[in-house]
Order: sequence, then C-alpha cells, then structure tokens
Amino acid sequence: MPGLSLVTVGVSLVLADPAQLLPAREQMAFTLGFHIILVPFGVAFTFLMLIANARGIRQNDESALLLARRWSQVAAVLFAVGAVSGTMLSFELGLLWPRMMGTYGPAFGIPFAVEGLFFFLEAIFVAIYVYGWRRMRPWPHFWTGVPVVLSGVGGTLSVVAANAWMNRPGGFTMRDGKIVQVRPLEVIFNGAFWYEAIHMLLAAYMVAGFVVAGVYAAGMLRGRRDRYHRLGLAIPLTVAALATPLQIFVGDVAAREVYRNEPAKFATIEAHPTTGTHVPEVLGGYYANGEVHGGLKVPSGASLLSGYSPSTRIQGLDAMPAEVRPPDRLVTIVHLSFDVMVGIGSALLALSAWYALAWWRRRDLPRSRWFLRATTISGVLAVVALEAGWVVTEVGRQPWTVVGHLLTRDAVATSGNLWLFFAATVALYAAVGAATVYVLRLLRRRWRDQGGATETDVPYGPPRASESTPAAGKA
Amino acid sequence: MSTFAAVVLFIGVTAYAVLGGADYGAGFWDLTAGAARRGQAPRHLIDHTLAPVWEANHVWLIFCLVMLWTGFPSAFAAIMTTLYIPLGLTALGIVVRGSGFAFRKVVVKTDQQRATGAAFATSSVITPFFLGTVVGGIASGRVPADGHGNPVTSWVNPTSLLGGVLAVGVCAFVAAVFLTAEARTYADAGLERWFRRRAQATAVATGAVALAGIAILHADAGRLFYGLTGRGLPLVLISAACGLASIALLHRAAPRLLQALAVTAAGTVVVGWGVAQYPYLLGTHLRIDEAAAPDATLASLTLVAAAALLLVVPAMALLFVLHQRGRLDTA
Repeated sequence: MPGLSLVTVGVSLVLADPAQLLPAREQMAFTLGFHIILVPFGVAFTFLMLIANARGIRQNDESALLLARRWSQVAAVLFAVGAVSGTMLSFELGLLWPRMMGTYGPAFGIPFAVEGLFFFLEAIFVAIYVYGWRRMRPWPHFWTGVPVVLSGVGGTLSVVAANAWMNRPGGFTMRDGKIVQVRPLEVIFNGAFWYEAIHMLLAAYMVAGFVVAGVYAAGMLRGRRDRYHRLGLAIPLTVAALATPLQIFVGDVAAREVYRNEPAKFATIEAHPTTGTHVPEVLGGYYANGEVHGGLKVPSGASLLSGYSPSTRIQGLDAMPAEVRPPDRLVTIVHLSFDVMVGIGSALLALSAWYALAWWRRRDLPRSRWFLRATTISGVLAVVALEAGWVVTEVGRQPWTVVGHLLTRDAVATSGNLWLFFAATVALYAAVGAATVYVLRLLRRRWRDQGGATETDVPYGPPRASESTPAAGKA
Repeated sequence: MSTFAAVVLFIGVTAYAVLGGADYGAGFWDLTAGAARRGQAPRHLIDHTLAPVWEANHVWLIFCLVMLWTGFPSAFAAIMTTLYIPLGLTALGIVVRGSGFAFRKVVVKTDQQRATGAAFATSSVITPFFLGTVVGGIASGRVPADGHGNPVTSWVNPTSLLGGVLAVGVCAFVAAVFLTAEARTYADAGLERWFRRRAQATAVATGAVALAGIAILHADAGRLFYGLTGRGLPLVLISAACGLASIALLHRAAPRLLQALAVTAAGTVVVGWGVAQYPYLLGTHLRIDEAAAPDATLASLTLVAAAALLLVVPAMALLFVLHQRGRLDTA
C-alpha cells in the first residue's frame, strides 16, 4: 500500500496527529483493559475447577464436586463474554489500526493464527465440559476439561508472542515499505517472548486464584465457615500462593531483560532522565521537566537491581531522540504503574507466605480474621496489578506500535469519526460489564439460598430412565 | 501457494456462513417467536440447540479474520478502511449477541429474560445483515485495492442490500430446517410443525429474493453476475436443488439428511461467490497473488490449517456427536 513505507515515519512527524489517534488509543486501551480481566478466568480458573473436580472424584468429596460444577457455570458466563470481547479486539485491529495490519500482518499475524487453533479447541471443550456434568461418566468428563486448560496456556503464549513481537520485532525483511520475507519461528519466538509470555501466564493464575479465594474469604468473614467455603478458599489460594513467588522471580528477570533490550521502556519505567551510573531507584513521585519530583529515592537502587553493581550504567530518557521521547505525563503513568504492580506483587507475596506458614505448621488456614480480610481484597489487588502491568508494557512502548518501525500515529485509521464508535463501545461495555456482575451475583445468591447440594446440582447423577448410560458412581 | 491460502480462507468463510449462520438464524426465530408464554417452547429448543455449539461456531469468524490479515494483509486493510461502518456495527452486534445469550441462560425473571433475549435475538438479525452488506460491497468491486473507498455507498448499494437480506434469509432458513429436525428427535410434533412452516415460508421468501437478485446483480454487479451464471452456475443450481429438496422432504426425511441438504444449499451459495470471484480477491482490481503475504507466512498458515484439520475438526465432530446424542445437558 502506498504511503505506508517507513520513510513516511520521518515525514509525518512534522504533521499533526490524525484526529483518529486519540479515540483509537482510548478505545483500544478500554476494550483491552476490559478483556484482560476476563482472560484469567478462561485460562486459569478452569485449572482451579479441574483441581476441585479431580479431588471430588478421587476422594469422593461432595463439596469439591459442587465447587467444580458451580465454577464451571461461572466459567461458562465469563468465557462467553471473553469470547465476544476478544472478537471485538480482532475487529479493532483492522478498524483502528489498518496501517499496522496492512503492512505488518504477514509477520504479526502468524502468532494469531496459532492462537486461533487454541481458541477453537478451548471453545469446543469448554462446551463439552460445562454441559457434560450430568450425562458423562466422571473421569471421561474430567478429561474433557484438560484440553481447556492446555489450550488456555497455548492461547496465552500465542497472543503474548504477538505483543512481545511489537516490543522486540524480528523475523522479517522489509523492502520499499513492504514485508518481503518472513521467518515465522523468529517472529513467534522473538526476543521478548519467553519473559512476557510466562509473566502473563503466571499473572492469569494469580488473578484467578486470588479473586476466587477472595470470594470465599468474604463468605467466611460472614460466618460461613463450612467445608465448602474452606475448600473454595484453599484450592485457589494454594495455586495463587505457588504462582506468586515464581512471578516475582520472572518479573525480576523480565525487568532486567527490558533493561538490556528495551532501554527506552526501561528509562520510562524508572523515570530516569539522564544516562549515567549510580542511578537511584525511585518509588512513587511524578516526572516533569526532566526530573522526578517527590517519591522515595533508594541510592543506586536501579543500578544495583539491573546490573548488581552501583556502577551499572542506565540509559536515560535523554538518550532518545526528542521526537520519539514519551511526554512527561506518559512517563509518570508508566513509572507509577510499575510501582503499583511491584508493590501489589510484594503484598501478595507476603499474603502467600502467611498462608504457607500456617499450612506448614498446622495444616490449616491462618486463624486471624485479618488473614480473611487480606484474602478478600487480594483479588481486587491482583486485578489492579494485572492492569498496571499491562499499562507498563503498552504505554511504555509509546510512541511506537512496532518498536523502531511503526509509530502509533502512523498505524491509526485516518477516516471516519472514531469518537462515535468509541462512545457506542463504552456504552455497550458498561451495560455488558454491569450485567456480568449482576449475573454472577445472581448465581451466588441462588447457590447461597440452596445451601449445599441439591437435586439439580449433584454432578454425575443417575441417568434418566430412558438412557442406557451406566450409573456413574455415587457423587 | 496464494491460491491454496485463499481456498483455506474461503473454507473458513463457508464454515462460518453455514454454522455461524445457523446460529444467527436461530436468533431470528427467537426474535419472532412471540410473547413469553407462546414463544416458550421454540425458545427453549433454540436455547438447548445453540448453547453448547455457538461459541465453537463463532471461532470460524476469528479464523477468517486472522487468515485474511495474515495471508492477505493489504486486502484486509482495504476492506477495513472502506467498510468500517458495517464492520464496526457487526463487532458491536457480536458483543451484544454473545453476552445476551449467555446472560439469558442464567437469569430467571421473565422481564430479565425478555431483555437479555431481545438483545440476543435482535443482534442475531442485524449482525448477519451487516455482514451480508460487507460481502456485497466486496463482491461488487466497491473496495478499492488501496482501501479508503466510499464509506457509505460501499455498503449502501443494491448488491450489498441484496447480500444483507439474503444473508438473513439463508440464516433463518438453515436454522428453521435444523430446528425442525431437532424437534423431531425430541418427538415434539407441535414444535416440529411450528418450525417446518417457518422453514417452508423462509425457503419461498429467500428463493424469491434470490430470483430478484439475478436482476439486481445483472444491473449492479456485472462481473459477479457473469461469474455466477458462468463458472459458478453448477453451484447455484445445486444450491437451488438442495433448497427445494429440503422443503419437499421436510415431512419425511431423516433429520440428518435434512440438515445436510440445508447446509449444502447455504454453503454452495457462498462457494459460488468465491468461484465467481476467482482469481480476484477484491472486485476485478486485486488478484489473490498480488495481495498475498510472503511465502513463509503462507506456509505457516498452511501448517495451521493442517493442524486445524487434525485437531479442530475431530474435536468439533465430537462436540456435535455428543450434542446430537443428548450427552450434553443444557438445562
């Protein structure tokens, strides 16, 4: 396509941003921010559900089976909303960023094609699992859930591969503004792939774990301390508590990788104005006029963390040419988001340690009500950390869409009034979001009123008279 | 290589048109099923039939989008920068429909079911209409190779409107045949008659639209008319024959046969469009090989398609078989 060559990057910088840039960015941020909350429930919540399911069958544990079955109903609702909000994103890639897709589709699209496969498998087996409770035998039914978890992992890795490629693009050759050669494996396994993908996967497990544990912790605070609630807290919290220390480690590795390979983003994260050594780690504060104001400075902290030595040299924002340097406001957003993510991660690590300690000592949950209170809010905190981390990677990449190749202002659509589309989308998502919350609360109330297992709830129930399926063991 | 990728893309388009289309059509019958009490039985059957399969069927759309933007990126950008109005409305419609359907399964109060059901059903009619106008715009050559075509006339034109109406009609027809067959497996004679009458009515209506469409295409989209009456003619005839046969046999034939006939009737129309348009991706100005991505990308897509054949097709067959044998409980 004409007008897309990289030469235009230099030319268009002197022109004003297209009118579509702001609404397009707002809409992408909004819809992705909405969708990413649902991702952990498709990817990791299903894993929690299978743990409960396996425990239920193996130990003849009715509470565990009931949890698994109810969780699968929640997963069905969230998966549907996630599927359509993910479809919206696919459309938006074309509607909002046609100049990105038109030029870089041959490389950027490959991981998405792989993701499509996983999405297919996930959608198929979610349906079989969710609707298979009553009329399938226990273990075969359990196994139909396994592809859901596996394709959740595969799908996450594929989508994040595409995102990682935008941060560290590779595996393609351009001529006259067109991709003429592609090396698919280099595209998928790009420089940022492993640390970004594992970071997101663990984040999904943490969010699902802490959110679900939080729901049952809230119930226990209100005095519902039966086995059903304790199990509903213990299964997800155990998974989240295992994922959290791993996540801190992977996050640390990722930060050093960003330091080494994405120096511009690292300078933005650290809000670090001038290249030099003995760079302090600044917690909090805001960035304006070439320096950080406020915040807590740890002397040489950033240098120590990135290179294990105070004399580690860190590139500053000044190393970027002025025309691709992020504005001050943006630096502040990324810097604070990073602090929020790391701060919450540390708090969740403390909560995980508390839980682990109690379990190690007494094989039981900590007795303190403060533990339940902390667990209750841990879910919200985990979601905030997830969003903050996403802001770091997406906003921290600006002004680039494909780092070093395509500026966001050159990727955006240039026709149509995108504010209208954005307004309609916000209105619709507000309704869908509210309805999702309403429906989940409705399920909770219904289950609370039912108390324990009821006729319709008991999984693997006796087959109907007309069916020849052998009875599937007592649930 | 590029032709092969285009065929894979078109298999996706056909699969979505037939499988996704049947789900949209079910929404059409949900919308027109009448007041809460009267419409309860057909809505219940629709709900039961759709619940386990609609998401898997929906993924074909993602498959098409990904195949298009990866394999034929310039055509994707051209379509998106021209037909952004109907495509934006399609995206919003898909969100309304999927979430509306999922919510309706959970809520129990009548007014809430009505609200969520109306969201699901209305968007099930609007969305295929817009997709039909998109197809009309592409098929009649109104998307320039460099994109940025007229944002209004590219989809508000005779061929697009024909495409939109035909899409809604075909979806409703396929769904009515499927639901007739479904009602028969439940030995519900009343419901079977309910859907059979509607299948017959939509067959007549859609057939009439298709006949009128011949004149519209002749006047508005010469090349498409030429392709459909030339190289694509056998497919058009097969489609008509299958449509007629499914109506004639609606009383007697086995449900599976009816479903196969309806699927063939709908699928051959879509394939006919593809055959008529070959070797062009957009109108008569962008050939498939001109729009294609580099070979290594096409090879990757081929690999993905092969994997889909090995993994997705058997999995989907398993889902359909389990559903048909009543192993999936949607209550």
